[in-house]
Amino acid sequence: MKIIVCIKQVPDTTDVKIDPSTNTLIREGVPSIVNPFDMYALEESLRLREKVGGTVTVITMGPPQAKEALREAISLGVDQGILISDRAFAGSDTLATSYALASTIRKIGAYDLIICGKQAIDGDTAQVGPGIAECLQIPFVAFVKKIEEVSDQTMRVERMMETGYDVIELPLPAVITVVKEINEPRLPSLRGQMRAKKYEPTLWTSSDLDVSEERIGLKGSPTQVIKIFTPEIRKAGEHLEGDPEEVADKLFQRFKEAKIIP
Amino acid sequence: MNIYIDADACTGCELCLPSCPFNAIEMREDKAVILDNCTLCNACLDVCPVDAIHKVEEKVTAPHKPCVIEEYAGVWVFAEQRKGVLQTVTFELLGEGKKLAATLGEELCAVLLGDGIRKEAETLLYYDVDKVYSIDDPTLAVFQDDTYSACMAALARQFKPNIILGGATHIGRSFIPQVAVKLQTGLTADCTGLTIEDSSKHLMQTRPAFGGSIFATIATYHHRPQIATVRHKVMKPAKRQSERRGEIVQLPLPDEAKRCRTRFITSVEELEETVNLAEADIIVSGGRGLGDPKYFSLIQELAKTLGGAVGASRATVDAGWIPYSHQVGQTGKTVCPKLYIACGISGAVQHLVGMQSSDVIVAINKDPQAPIFKVASYGIVGDLHEVIPALIKRFSAR
Ligand SMILES: Cc1cc2nc3c(=O)[nH]c(=O)nc-3n(C[C@H](O)[C@H](O)[C@H](O)COP(=O)(O)OP(=O)(O)OC[C@H]3O[C@@H](n4cnc5c(N)ncnc54)[C@H](O)[C@@H]3O)c2cc1C
Ligand SMILES: Nc1ncnc2c1ncn2[C@@H]1O[C@H](COP(=O)(O)O)[C@@H](O)[C@H]1O
Repeated sequence: MKIIVCIKQVPDTTDVKIDPSTNTLIREGVPSIVNPFDMYALEESLRLREKVGGTVTVITMGPPQAKEALREAISLGVDQGILISDRAFAGSDTLATSYALASTIRKIGAYDLIICGKQAIDGDTAQVGPGIAECLQIPFVAFVKKIEEVSDQTMRVERMMETGYDVIELPLPAVITVVKEINEPRLPSLRGQMRAKKYEPTLWTSSDLDVSEERIGLKGSPTQVIKIFTPEIRKAGEHLEGDPEEVADKLFQRFKEAKIIP
Repeated sequence: MNIYIDADACTGCELCLPSCPFNAIEMREDKAVILDNCTLCNACLDVCPVDAIHKVEEKVTAPHKPCVIEEYAGVWVFAEQRKGVLQTVTFELLGEGKKLAATLGEELCAVLLGDGIRKEAETLLYYDVDKVYSIDDPTLAVFQDDTYSACMAALARQFKPNIILGGATHIGRSFIPQVAVKLQTGLTADCTGLTIEDSSKHLMQTRPAFGGSIFATIATYHHRPQIATVRHKVMKPAKRQSERRGEIVQLPLPDEAKRCRTRFITSVEELEETVNLAEADIIVSGGRGLGDPKYFSLIQELAKTLGGAVGASRATVDAGWIPYSHQVGQTGKTVCPKLYIACGISGAVQHLVGMQSSDVIVAINKDPQAPIFKVASYGIVGDLHEVIPALIKRFSAR
């Protein structure tokens, strides 16, 4: 089985904090990490490879330093990594990103399954996975929490819904996005780390891909960010003091006053 | 568009560095420079005290698929139904859609897909719509990406709506991105604010990013329809009118929706009661401070007393105390109920991003330094094993 995993390097959101005095983001030495949901995508690809054989190729589109994300994937045991990097891609929204990644996947050629994370934690859009599927004209299932069965031609997955899950069978090749529940990601092996250290991923620029210039980067992005602002910061409210009974009574009164409970 | 820093004007004050959410500004020889990973988000533009950061608008980028914006009119709402039940988010979208439609002086229409849904179509007429486009076909009995996205795209091609709104639900966030690609137009995910810009009449879509630490306003200038998925529980639901209005436009299944590559096998409802955090007005969540999985019974009882749902921190989910479907936070669910009670939860930022937009937050924690208190409307420093039973007692006596 030929598996392609799409991963994205994102700033570690734990560190995106707001300076209350200036209302700007504090980003001192913010480390970059592999988007947490993509770690589950990576793990699932490795488990599938262990089960049915095949190869795992990891792709990422981003600035040159996104190489590090691919190295991390290598340390976990994937076969190869490809970095798509070019200033021409700057400003891509999810439509242009899906198109660029789909074009990359076309160039790779043979594939049976594409796995993405549910969403990237910087933009939180969850649109690139379904976007890739649509660009490639292949079936798509989102929020996969379990792969029940897999064969050469089909797989059967559980799609997480708000109140339970749906069981869906889909023909391959296909795209799925995965949620955290699907597995427990492994840690890098020593051998993997050794390999990752020296690993140089393949680099493709826009000229390596069969992409039309109008559909990538800012030009290919229908949506435009007009402004970015920080929300009003939530302020700590009241401390309720007293023994448990008193506290319970105070809370009850507050709820009544504020009509939180009938 | 491009952003650059005028090296002659730059004083090297470094004020712009922390303004960049993507770490795309670097100091080189005492001058700030914009790096390749700039996403053109504009966050740095206003912070420069000497106006050395410039934005160059290239000539308005021609969309690769020319689109005559004037041909598009009407605000559409995807009326999500499951098993014949219109989802509450639908009414929120209708309420918001009405405002937008009124501002634009355009129609408000609902799009209803399903099988045997005449009753739901009639219900929608009580919500001040001009039209309900309904495709009622056995093929649409259950949600599948192929059929739903094909129907929506076909309808949009035929009737050319200006705006399409869908719920940012599992269904909406799954198929609407495919609709946007089919129509080659912009889609903004999980919006919490929508307005029409006075001068240009474009839809201004505001949404959280980085788990809500920043917000972005996004527009689709040159493409139509303008599509957005909208976060549940943020918009005010439309009120049911006493009279019906508008008409039901019954349409056949479009040809491209006749082929469905995926096969729906079954749908499993999970047994735990009141897991549906997205719908809940009240959520009581437990964290590692419970000390033992058995004390989730306390959380359940308090939730039951208040008529709420049960949430959890990741620490408890990872420890296997409670299923993942209860997890709130960055890698779990984002919720915004009217009331969120966090019991024995420290308030790590990954948890906070999932619940800090709740109207009222109550925190119970024995550590007065716990970060959860920073966002709590009411903070209770104490042992949850004593406080929760007291709350249950007080609130069940009402
Ligand atoms: C990539 C990533 C993603 C993550 N995603 C999520 C997510 O989606 N959701 C999430 O919740 N976390 C997430 N986390 C984990 C998060 O960082 C915290 O580890 C987690 O939220 C802690 O859970 P907790 O508050 O239950 O446990 P702890 O941090 O252990 O806190 C327990 C709290 O209980 C209090 N306590 C103890 N005993 C009592 C008592 N008897 N009475 C009252 N209070 C008591 C303690 O003072 C303490 O504050 C993520 C982490 C990472 C790295
Ligand atoms: N630049 C990118 N390079 C590779 N994969 C990406 C990129 N952006 C998004 N993805 C994939 O698409 C998923 C959803 O991202 P998003 O739509 O941005 O929330 C991520 O979890 C990744 O698997």
